[in-house]
Amino acid sequence: MSTVTCPECAAEVTLEAGTEVGEIIVCPDCGVDLEVTVLEPAAVQLAPMEQEDWGE
Amino acid sequence: MQRRLKIGVLCSRIRVEEKWIFGALEKRGIDFDRLDDRVISFNLDEASSWHQYDAVLERSISYTSGLYALRILNAFGVPTVNTLAVAEACGDKLTTSTLLMKASLPQPHNVVAFTPESALEALEKLGYPAVVKPVVGSWGRLLAKINDRDAAEAIFEHKATLGSTQHQVFYIQEYIEKPGRDIRAVVIGERVLTAMYRTSPHWITNTARGGEGELCPVTPEIEDLCLKAAQAVGGGVLAIDLIEHPQRGFLINEVNHTMEFHTLQPLSGIDIAGEIVDYAVNVASREVVQ
Repeated sequence: MSTVTCPECAAEVTLEAGTEVGEIIVCPDCGVDLEVTVLEPAAVQLAPMEQEDWGE
Repeated sequence: MQRRLKIGVLCSRIRVEEKWIFGALEKRGIDFDRLDDRVISFNLDEASSWHQYDAVLERSISYTSGLYALRILNAFGVPTVNTLAVAEACGDKLTTSTLLMKASLPQPHNVVAFTPESALEALEKLGYPAVVKPVVGSWGRLLAKINDRDAAEAIFEHKATLGSTQHQVFYIQEYIEKPGRDIRAVVIGERVLTAMYRTSPHWITNTARGGEGELCPVTPEIEDLCLKAAQAVGGGVLAIDLIEHPQRGFLINEVNHTMEFHTLQPLSGIDIAGEIVDYAVNVASREVVQ
């Protein structure tokens, strides 16, 4: 199981098994949305803000 | 030896739906590439590299990126799920309304104007309360229920100053006193797979806004209406949203072309992701005429 450091609050965040690149996870400490950018080794960045044309 | 089918999945943010779709592709042993719309680019003089895909399944979270990618892919002759025409029909609510109108299908009364002044005049004729929606948008974002003229003046002024030209299209819909719920039905090809009620004490019932799902029986009336709505926008993989009007019965509220089904798949027990993949494979093998 991989862990990453939240770029917002420096908390250690554990990625669940089956996490995909492009998936959004929430930092359990500060609540910010993080996007998984790579796996092995895992890395995250702050997720982009919701845009007006996002959705289904 | 016959070449294996290859499918491209156009996406960006990976929601649970995309994870399920990847899983369904893997389970079926289908060769596929993830195509991140934030990473790929198109050279309009070089279509050939895109012909490696027998079909592209469009799952972009951005309507704009998905729309223009479909425009190019379809021009290259690459089959897509859904097609450009369907994305154009569903992604813009006013376009959907005009197609439903042409097909004589039941929908809420809508009025449209292009300035705050003419919008106010049109709304006064339609009557309060009413709902103003951006023509492009999802998840209940920027919907406004307008109860009186004061609110209308404020909302229209705010829309006029938002800047985007799309907000200068004032798309106004009658407010319907629905029974605390609407209906979301999934249509794939010629079948209505399943449906659910989306229940909420709030007038916006999207599950993205906290609405809860409850299975809805697909009655012959719902099935017929959903298939006609799907046909009106060009057909494919679609989510039809219905409202129950206390007097006029079922009205078609929206048709979504890159549907989310994180609530409906576990609720119904139907493998919607698998059904989408099977449909995409049929498109890729040219068994579905687009």
